[in-house]
Amino acid sequence: MSFLLTATAVVPAVGAIATAAVPAAKKSAAKWTALLFSAATLVLAAVVLGRFDTGGPRYQLTESHSWIKAFGVRYEVGVDGIGVTLIALTALLIPFVIGAAWHDADALEDTRLGRRWRPTQGFFALILLVEAMVIISFAATDVFLFYIFFEAMLIPMYFLIGGFGDRSGGNTEQEAAKQRSYAAVKFLLYNLLGGLVMLAAVIGLYAVTADQIGGTFSLQEILSARQAGKLDLSGAGEKAIFLGFFFAFAVKAPLWPLHTWLPNAMGESTAPVAVLITAVVDKVGTFAMLRWCLQLFPEASKWAAPVVLVLAVISIIYGALLAVGQKDIKRLVAYASISHFGFIILGIFAMTSQGQSGATLYMVNHGISTAALMLVAGFLISRRGSRLIADFGGVQKVAPMLAGTFLIGGLATLSLPGLAPFVSEFLVLVGTFSRYPALGIVATVGIVLAALYVLVLYQRTMTGPVKAEVEGMHDLKVRELAVVAPLIALLLFLGFYPKPVIDVINPAVNQTLSDVHKKDPKPAVEAVHTKGGAR
Amino acid sequence: MNPVNYLYLSALLFTIGAAGVLLRRNAIIVFMCVELMLNACNLAFVTFSRIHGNLDGQIIAFFTMVVAAAEVVVGLAIIVTIFRSRHSASVDDANLMKL
Amino acid sequence: MENLIGALVAAPLLGAAVLLLGGKALDRIGHWLGTLLAGTSFVIGLILFADMLGRSGEHRAISTTLYSWVPVNSFQADVSFQLDQLSMTFVLLITGVGTLIHLYSVGYMEHDERRRRFFGYLNLFLAAMLLLVVADNYLLLYVGWEGVGLASYLLIGFWQHKPSAATAAKKAFIVNRVGDVGLSIAIMLMFTTFGTFAFTPVLASADKASEGTLTGIGLMLLLAACGKSAQVPLQSWLGDAMEGPTPVSALIHAATMVTAGVYLITRSGPIFNLAPDAQTAVVVVGTVTLLFGAIVGCAKDDIKKALAGSTMSQIGYMVLAAGLGPIGYVFAIMHLVTHGFFKAGLFLGAGSVMHGMNDEVDMRKYGALRKYMPITFVTFGLGYLAIIGFPGLSGYFSKDKIIEAAFAKGGTEGWIIGSCALLGAAITAFYMTRVMLMTFFGEKRWQPAPDADAAPSAEPAAEGHAAGEMPHPHESPWSMTVPMIVLAFGSVFAGFLFNLNDSFLKWLEPVTGHKEGDSPLSATTVTATTVTVMVIGVAVAWLVYGRKPVPVVAPKGSLLTRAARRDLLQDDFNHVAFVQTGSYLTRGLVYLDLKGVDGLVNGTAATVGGLSSRMRRLQNGYVRSYAVSMFGGAAVLVAATLLMRAVA
Repeated sequence: MSFLLTATAVVPAVGAIATAAVPAAKKSAAKWTALLFSAATLVLAAVVLGRFDTGGPRYQLTESHSWIKAFGVRYEVGVDGIGVTLIALTALLIPFVIGAAWHDADALEDTRLGRRWRPTQGFFALILLVEAMVIISFAATDVFLFYIFFEAMLIPMYFLIGGFGDRSGGNTEQEAAKQRSYAAVKFLLYNLLGGLVMLAAVIGLYAVTADQIGGTFSLQEILSARQAGKLDLSGAGEKAIFLGFFFAFAVKAPLWPLHTWLPNAMGESTAPVAVLITAVVDKVGTFAMLRWCLQLFPEASKWAAPVVLVLAVISIIYGALLAVGQKDIKRLVAYASISHFGFIILGIFAMTSQGQSGATLYMVNHGISTAALMLVAGFLISRRGSRLIADFGGVQKVAPMLAGTFLIGGLATLSLPGLAPFVSEFLVLVGTFSRYPALGIVATVGIVLAALYVLVLYQRTMTGPVKAEVEGMHDLKVRELAVVAPLIALLLFLGFYPKPVIDVINPAVNQTLSDVHKKDPKPAVEAVHTKGGAR
Repeated sequence: MNPVNYLYLSALLFTIGAAGVLLRRNAIIVFMCVELMLNACNLAFVTFSRIHGNLDGQIIAFFTMVVAAAEVVVGLAIIVTIFRSRHSASVDDANLMKL
Repeated sequence: MENLIGALVAAPLLGAAVLLLGGKALDRIGHWLGTLLAGTSFVIGLILFADMLGRSGEHRAISTTLYSWVPVNSFQADVSFQLDQLSMTFVLLITGVGTLIHLYSVGYMEHDERRRRFFGYLNLFLAAMLLLVVADNYLLLYVGWEGVGLASYLLIGFWQHKPSAATAAKKAFIVNRVGDVGLSIAIMLMFTTFGTFAFTPVLASADKASEGTLTGIGLMLLLAACGKSAQVPLQSWLGDAMEGPTPVSALIHAATMVTAGVYLITRSGPIFNLAPDAQTAVVVVGTVTLLFGAIVGCAKDDIKKALAGSTMSQIGYMVLAAGLGPIGYVFAIMHLVTHGFFKAGLFLGAGSVMHGMNDEVDMRKYGALRKYMPITFVTFGLGYLAIIGFPGLSGYFSKDKIIEAAFAKGGTEGWIIGSCALLGAAITAFYMTRVMLMTFFGEKRWQPAPDADAAPSAEPAAEGHAAGEMPHPHESPWSMTVPMIVLAFGSVFAGFLFNLNDSFLKWLEPVTGHKEGDSPLSATTVTATTVTVMVIGVAVAWLVYGRKPVPVVAPKGSLLTRAARRDLLQDDFNHVAFVQTGSYLTRGLVYLDLKGVDGLVNGTAATVGGLSSRMRRLQNGYVRSYAVSMFGGAAVLVAATLLMRAVA
């Protein structure tokens, strides 16, 4: 029994309360409180990562209490290599999100509503609340516990998008407010619908287990009962329950054609909140596919894999093509993310160790690279007060550091070798190709489109003659540089030395693969290994 | 006399009451028609009690009377209050149940 | 010794990091630091070369593994290097020419305020290119492969404020990405076939794989080579890449990066040897490109674009030779090295001319420069003689061997590709003589410096000339002339040295293998024919451009000339086939996403909303209407109960 995971989730929750409790006049104190608590969470997450033994049992740092006895609901947490990596990613990104969002709530302070509602305190408290909920979702090993926090994080996100969103959309203040509330409601409705379907599936799962082993939601119990032959989920029921779970995760991830909420949500929120959506919250969706869909319903996952893979490839190409056609920087990044989520889902359902390790690594790398690109884009947008690509031009001349970091973020997004996303993208492609060559080839075409949307964006905003409105734009400030530089350093480090992360992920992936009874395809030829060659 | 005739009477009274509720506008009349329907039901209960030879129906009739008495108290109070504020006892003037 | 391979890559990488991250404090010494680190890398290369010469043929290759890079079960990628004779040749070419061009850039970029950054990018390029040639597996090669692409992107678009430069940079990167798809798929195919993608095991067990698979891998590698080496059909970016500063054109787009495709094909020799269909494809691509580039080179008035066409054409020769298999590998690499010398020299000469002529690039506005820029004239002239294959100079030896090998392929194909190669040699002589005559001979056709705004193509590197000022051609500073002189020496003597006792052949044979083809023509016949067509080419060019004055405004020209000026309509084709269709596709999809996918969801929502607002009208607030519905409902219930009874 270890309370470490609970502590990692409780600290940001306490931080949220503490931040919200800071008196109205002390804006800066609220910001520092939030930053402090997110840093403390990062320290705890580092301890979790340190305590995690890659050679140890599958779920570690477990904790289990009875919660709602009548329905067999337990408070059960524990992490495998995949969960621990994503908790670390979340804890890592939040301080940067807070740092980048430092002045985002200031404008609201001056509004009539702002003087009553203490927006600064609320904004940072909500961010910490999301962090706490996401960490619990990554750690939960009880279906019901997971479900509750999976759904609950919609509420703070709703307020972050609708209440603290981008004020530059539309032509007037009212139009911007209207777009924000539209985006927030759309986000909420899509995800609620997914959650509702999942709730039905959760109840269905309970009904099945109640029939056979006396109702439980515990992952461990379900898995061990199935291994002992006491529990048989197979049949049409398994497929229906799987689809219920998968639908919710596919909305959250998001997978084509359930993606349309993401461009609105990311476009209308401020850049740090957009990072929170795409780099942190959405990862719960893809993570849940790995933990819940594949482990609880291995047969149904294999049954659905061909369709899911095709949808994933459509996501990749479709998202990239739409990104090329966007006029709005943030929507462009959103569609690029849809393309990247396609890669992640492709890797998960290709059912090879390269694919799944690649997909998990992709979640981490995509989090970091999108954070880098989006946060710099946010700095850019806040300077000009517009997010339309056409409103920029020649920024490179006046703000070379801003342009340089933006380019590196963009190059990471297009998976340039040497930067972290390349490793994961290539693993996903290889993993897919070794089982489904045709899908692998089509997905590979996505890398050309990625180059197109990134470089067109860079060319239109950063190069060419300096536009009059851009003149006098100042370069990155110290705070902004402090936010972006570590992310870029991390991208470079993980690009050249991803082994530490892979070593944590790999055992968990191998166990997941053995759950679904899939082995990597064997090479056609036994290669001759001579001296000097790699193994 | 064949007790079934009482049932016919009960049905007739109920219909008259229902028609009154639906067609009249005056709240007092509507209220009286509701009473008429309740009493029609009472008559039916008592008749069935007699036909089947047990007391269940009569007991329910007493309950109904108690409920009806309570309803008259509350209902008349409401009607008087509405009349005071709106100077009308027409049910169509009080359409506040719509949101 | 093995550890030095890492240092080879690390030195310029360190330079790039320091120069790009370092602040303005480095502005004053940054260029010398960059040059020093490039030189360090060259010295390390020489030490390794001396060490390698100390061992006998078969034992010359050394390798070292730094660390495990991406280990996922059977997918094992290491950061490990291998240095054999083939890699060594490239290392010396890259660091040697690279150092010279760093030195040249010190003078050429003197007045550019972002010179430090320029040297940072150049160092980054060197590091990536060295990584490309010393990697011991295809995945690490891929890192270098895209790394040079990135450096090329940054350097082509170095003058980012010029829209044309930014566009050219983007185009180069994206076209190269198409090629990279080929390399990715080739690596994936290797992994699924052999379970590994390290050079040694893949190449050693190539004979166990089916021919279909090998052909697939070969064609994908060819696609990659086409992208990087500007071969048809992915050649369109090279001409535009001339937007970059001239030293970049010399280093990246003439001497080193663009030859990476030839390296890839030669390195993967054992795969191609077993896949004749893929080899045929390589030969066809090479032959088509060598003619394509030559024809384009004849029509361009921009000196750099004419040289770019020539580069394309010369790499076509190398690809052709590489496609011939063991008959040609050695000659492909030999031509690659000699071409590295003379083409870099020619580009540096062109840069020197532009430096002296207010950055004018139009050869019709040059003329008679030999008197004003003697060193440039002599070095450029020697490069010119080398490229046209003047007997005794570098190009003569290497190109002649390729033409011989082409005939030696035998059969009808041998005759076809041999004749094409000969035709190419004639055209090469023609367009190079044209460049030479238009630039250095004839009348002065100088024009006043154009208005900076009116001519966005003018390079802003040189000292700020006032608009309307006449050019004052002058010889360039020593930092620029020294590299030109050194390269001119290479252009003159390299071929001769390589052919002395077949030294180059013996050097590379252990790696690439070699076999003599049986040519239907004797070596002397081929040589004699080659020299003859060269002389014809020169003579025709003299008749057109030497005998009578060159018009300042280009004549309309024949249909072919006009097409060649537009790069044989390649961009027009790409525009219609990809850019336009692509933009319709994306615009259509954006519309569809809003109206279709999103519209479907919004439509459902609207239907539900409409339905409920209609239902809401039932709630009118009239007590009596509620009573009616209550009675109605009760009646329906009673009726239903009775009905059920009756049925039961």
